[in-house]
Amino acid sequence: MISRLFRFRGGIKPASHKAESSAAPIRPAPLPRRLVVPLIQGSRGSARTIVTAGDKVLKGQCIGEAEGAGGTAIHAPASGTVLEIGRYPMAHPSGLESLAIVIEPDGEDRWIATEPLDPASASREDLILRIQASGIVGMGGATFPSHVKLGKGDGISTLLINGAECEPWITCDDRLMRERAVDVVTGARILRQLSGARRIVVGIEDNKPEAIAAMTAAVRESGAGDIDIVPVPTRYPAGGEKQLIRVLTGIEVPASKIASDFGVQCFNVGTAHAVCRALVHGEAMISRIVTVTGNVERPGNYEVALGTPVSHLLEFCGVKAGTSRILMGGPMMGFTLPSTEAPVTKGSNCIIAASPALFPPAPPEQPCIRCGSCASACPVGLHPFELYWLSRAKRFDDASKYRLFDCIECGCCAYVCPGHIPLVDYFRFAKSEIRALGEEQKAASQARTRFESRVARLAREKAEKAARLAAKVAETRAGLAAGDAALIAAAAERAKAQPAVADNDTSPTDPT
Amino acid sequence: MLAALLVMTGIALALGAALGYAAFHFKVEGNPLAEQIDAILPQTQCAQCGYPGCKPYAEAVASGEAETNLCTPGGDDGARKLAELLGREFKPRGTPVEKLTTVALIDEQTCIGCTLCIQACPVDAIVGAAKQMHTVVSRICTGCELCLPPCPVDCITLVEEPRTPQNWRWKYPVTGLKVVA
Repeated sequence: MISRLFRFRGGIKPASHKAESSAAPIRPAPLPRRLVVPLIQGSRGSARTIVTAGDKVLKGQCIGEAEGAGGTAIHAPASGTVLEIGRYPMAHPSGLESLAIVIEPDGEDRWIATEPLDPASASREDLILRIQASGIVGMGGATFPSHVKLGKGDGISTLLINGAECEPWITCDDRLMRERAVDVVTGARILRQLSGARRIVVGIEDNKPEAIAAMTAAVRESGAGDIDIVPVPTRYPAGGEKQLIRVLTGIEVPASKIASDFGVQCFNVGTAHAVCRALVHGEAMISRIVTVTGNVERPGNYEVALGTPVSHLLEFCGVKAGTSRILMGGPMMGFTLPSTEAPVTKGSNCIIAASPALFPPAPPEQPCIRCGSCASACPVGLHPFELYWLSRAKRFDDASKYRLFDCIECGCCAYVCPGHIPLVDYFRFAKSEIRALGEEQKAASQARTRFESRVARLAREKAEKAARLAAKVAETRAGLAAGDAALIAAAAERAKAQPAVADNDTSPTDPT
Repeated sequence: MLAALLVMTGIALALGAALGYAAFHFKVEGNPLAEQIDAILPQTQCAQCGYPGCKPYAEAVASGEAETNLCTPGGDDGARKLAELLGREFKPRGTPVEKLTTVALIDEQTCIGCTLCIQACPVDAIVGAAKQMHTVVSRICTGCELCLPPCPVDCITLVEEPRTPQNWRWKYPVTGLKVVA
């Protein structure tokens, strides 16, 4: 039992804007004309396509195998025909393109034969393999492959199920817990079995009383009271992994360590639900619940087939006039989609149609006066104003020393900044520059080593060639010397043999 | 008088022995200044400075025979860093117009397998054999362009490295002041 809750440092209380989308039940979104399924779905690896253009695929059929240990498989979200494998815009702030499999649904929505795997009788290896083959990644947004996270499965005492959903506007986990609590609880029990944890604690922010009630009821109905459903105070970012661990267990996980070093593992409620679907029902991850909200006619939560273009989803929900941009993810940590042709992926939890009325454009940036508001709001205990100066001045070494990479980009600092400085933009910029510089240095040191070993090789080859030449010359000389001696000897022989002949021969000429 | 002479001679001998010992036992291999300079250079090995690679150029700069502003890929930034390190006056190089990461690409249809580019590559990034098609290992290529001139059929081009989410960078958030009048 959880006897007391703890507080994490900093944090903010933004307007929640959850009511807009949390009222209506989850509705299925219609299939688009073409599904675009990117090969990269997780943060750690991609899939290798195993279909070609023209192939007929069934719903839930594997179309991309996990590539490498960190890869996760991808599956056809609907039955239909593979049209092509090409480059399409990604759901990424860069708007870059990546390889994707394009499927034209045939409208029949025929499932491939599903093979449930009983968690009670199957071995741990089989279950982990099934999780990888079902393409399950963390649904909270970071898309870390779950089979990697589950790892060896020892040393874990507490399994946390993250239902905090602290970001404003997003309600997909809320609706999931309200409507599919039984599956979430089943998935959580499977995850506990796989992680070897003794107890399960589900943390839900106390602004979701219906979800808390539904989850409590699901635990009670399923018998054993082995799962604690704990309401946690609503304070952003309570849903951050390390923040939730702090609130529920009191453990402060340092930036250099991961939660499992402290015997704690944390999964999102969506991940628990997906694990249940994959094992108990044998269904691979082919859809997710997406909150569509903001400046739309029909805000709410939709069960969306992965690969559905955002534009199709928005069309279905009816984007109102005055929408200026489309956000993917929440307003705090999300990003503006460069193209609405980008597809919904496993990590897309929310689409917000932003209008100037809902999200007023930021007032002009004022100079930093070092008021320190950002430092008291930072949940990681950093000094954002220092990091801001250093990032702005491109003093990246110093920024790293001030632990820039511990920043979780939650946006609390920018939210409280009285000067409206987009602090997170600076931190993202500095982080990507530092990473790029590191890559450059790695490439430079590789080039240096290769150049030096080439010079050494050329010198060695030259020396070897010179040595070979010298040896050859010496051999020829020696051969010549030996040959000369033989020639001289032969000549001497001939000379010795000659006089007798010469006498006979020369005699006739003598008279002259 | 004699005592003073003896003391001075003794000190001189002792210090001399210590210096001799240090010179022998704590000898620094290579030229540490050249190493420091080499660390600043971009390691493109492009030879545009007139020396056959970054290391030879670093040694030339360290010995004072070369200027600090000969490195083209390093540009003004690199020249400034070198000048700072050596306490010399900064001389501008003229930064490359846009710093693009490029790699060589061999058109494998046209390649005749002459091996000339393989011999020219300073980092051994081209694989192939005589009368066999050659190809560039783009992960290793520094984009130095040294393989371009020797190619008899001009089948090598420099292409920009494709942008991926891994090497994509966020832009600098500072917007310059607008000129209104």
